[in-house]
Amino acid sequence: MADNKTPPKGLQDFLERNIWGLVIATAIVLSVGGIVEIVPLFMLKNTEEANRFPEIVWQEAGTLPIVAMDENGREQWNWKAGDGIRPYTALELAGRDIYQREGCYLCHSQMVRPFRDERERYGHYSLASESMFDHPFQWGSKRTGPDMARVGGKYSDQWHREHLREPRAVVPESIMPAYPWLDEQPLNGRRMQRHMRGLRLVGVPYSDADIEATPGLLEGKTGMDAMVAYLQVLGTMATLDPNVAYRE
Amino acid sequence: MELTTDRVAEQKYNFEVVRWFTVMAVVYLVVGAAVGVYIAAELAWPALNFDNPLISFGRLRPVHTNAVIFAFGGCTLMATAFYTVQRTCGVRLWSDKLAWYTFWGWNLIIALAVITLPLGLTQSKEYAELEWPIDILIAVVWLAFTLNFIMTIANRKTSHIYVSNWFFLGMMIMIVYLHVVNSMAIPVGLFKSYSVFSGVQDAMIQWWWGHNAVGFYLTSGFLGIMYYFVPKQANRPIYSYRLSVIHFWALMFGYVWLGAHHLQYTALPDWTGSLGAAVSLAMIIPSWGGAVNGMMTLSGAWDKLRTDYVLRFLIIALAFYAMSTFEGPVMSLKTVNALSHYTDWTIGHVHSGALGWVAGISIGAIYHLMTRLWHTRMWSESLVNLHFWTATIGTVIYVVAMWVAGIMQGMMWRAYDEYGTLANTFVESVAAMHPYYAMRAVGGAIFLLGAVIMLFNVLMTVFKSLLKGDLRAARSDATPALA
Repeated sequence: MADNKTPPKGLQDFLERNIWGLVIATAIVLSVGGIVEIVPLFMLKNTEEANRFPEIVWQEAGTLPIVAMDENGREQWNWKAGDGIRPYTALELAGRDIYQREGCYLCHSQMVRPFRDERERYGHYSLASESMFDHPFQWGSKRTGPDMARVGGKYSDQWHREHLREPRAVVPESIMPAYPWLDEQPLNGRRMQRHMRGLRLVGVPYSDADIEATPGLLEGKTGMDAMVAYLQVLGTMATLDPNVAYRE
Repeated sequence: MELTTDRVAEQKYNFEVVRWFTVMAVVYLVVGAAVGVYIAAELAWPALNFDNPLISFGRLRPVHTNAVIFAFGGCTLMATAFYTVQRTCGVRLWSDKLAWYTFWGWNLIIALAVITLPLGLTQSKEYAELEWPIDILIAVVWLAFTLNFIMTIANRKTSHIYVSNWFFLGMMIMIVYLHVVNSMAIPVGLFKSYSVFSGVQDAMIQWWWGHNAVGFYLTSGFLGIMYYFVPKQANRPIYSYRLSVIHFWALMFGYVWLGAHHLQYTALPDWTGSLGAAVSLAMIIPSWGGAVNGMMTLSGAWDKLRTDYVLRFLIIALAFYAMSTFEGPVMSLKTVNALSHYTDWTIGHVHSGALGWVAGISIGAIYHLMTRLWHTRMWSESLVNLHFWTATIGTVIYVVAMWVAGIMQGMMWRAYDEYGTLANTFVESVAAMHPYYAMRAVGGAIFLLGAVIMLFNVLMTVFKSLLKGDLRAARSDATPALA
């Protein structure tokens, strides 16, 4: 160590001569901003609108399966559109995995801002609680294509399929890549069960019945089916009242 | 005289690892820029996606960002940090083994990124896409890099720690925080995991990472480069010591807060975004202090800009730094952000920082390093000059295209006609972008051409030094005379 015997002239001089002092001082200074901005988001009640408006969340999540197969091989839904925010079904989650894999979030946001033009183009502004089960969030940062937060129900399933297979056949000006390979990809029920168990560990309320139903629900389904299911549920979970101020 | 002290340095310090990092940085600059030009062309001419998943825009874009930030930026930072810390501390690296481990580890990470990202293996957090096993490897290699750096400083022969090293150190510590917290995920397969955070908290953590990857990795680290290489190349002391102290502490404290400005008007609570914007605005002062500090180092020696091509890169980089650090705070204001967010203006802003500032300061530092590390002159000085002009013109074309595109998008989305209905459909705004996307691809291609020229010049310089035995002579000089 090259520090000589002359006493330091103040704190800055001390830090410039003592590497460990500099390391600790820098580490402390660097930690402040993150702590102040992030920690309260986990503690403050009004960060999540669901704390003040519990009706926007589906209360049966974790108790009843969202959807299961009956003995005749038909889907039995315990949730219907507008019943409230809930975890994704196995099929939707598989679609969301594909959405991540293909990097859709790089060109499509999922976050409607509270402006008049966005309300008219996309719908009600997005709430924080609407992405409470999104690990990780998919708000995006760029709109090379339009926002996806409330795309569910705006187009038919068939429109989505054709658009994903060949975007310019449906929208001539589109610059979106085509995703013809989604039709050829079968879904793996056991893998999706693993994904759902993982999400349950980080707090997504899947019931055992949700996970058990997965292989049956995914039987015969493709990546394309999953992608369409995911897109069609976006923004349709909660019924939002335009006269209620969910946020200030 | 310079050559003699460089010979002393050659025998005393570990320059071999610096040489390898330096050459790899130039290789990755070409690769990263080439992928960038390709994906820019995909946006202008979507047929280039060829319906092939491996080169689809959504999968290649992370390859571009990871290649330029972590491959090019990382190798540049590791080369310059290892070089600067040895020269300013007067000692050899604490551990040669750890330095080589850092080199091979980092390049392995890059290779894994190039393989996994086109396969669609991603955590889908921007600039932190790599899956969990690679994340663990990054943490281990980064800690090895940091430990070696700190221990070298601890062994130093000088009494004070030079300012460059403060900035490098700040970067290293912050990246440890950011990488560890933002990458926390629950693995559900060998190459699949889900973030442990969700929704609004995950968004804030991601942009705390996202902006500080810019603020620390791409700013603090490259300011470390600036504080060593600008005075060295200009052969004058840094303009103001006092300004560097203020610059350092203000940057360390302030930059961390800025991430929230990426989430204005989203479902992030208002207080967080406003706080982020307020601190963003305040950050103009230290940023400009630093830019002035670098530029004024040339005070009284401005004529050098006429003859010294390397200095030109360093100074134009500082001009871009000043411009981007003014533009950023402006874009963080809610009224401006309402227009600029989600548009190509953001992409323009990023690239004025990335091409103008980060690449500019790196390229200048690498040209400086080349002559010191291979004990020879550049193979061609006029190619350095040509590179300077291609890089500058390419950057300007790129940035101007994106400014126009971004502001136009923002205006089209919010425009109303006389009946009070939306004037444009979304796809009309997409169609309007075509000429600007084409122009951006051209600007990027010109920048890429400069990078290719640089790689050629660098490799020719290496061969020249090896063939003529300059490096061997510097290494074997038995009794080097200190001037």
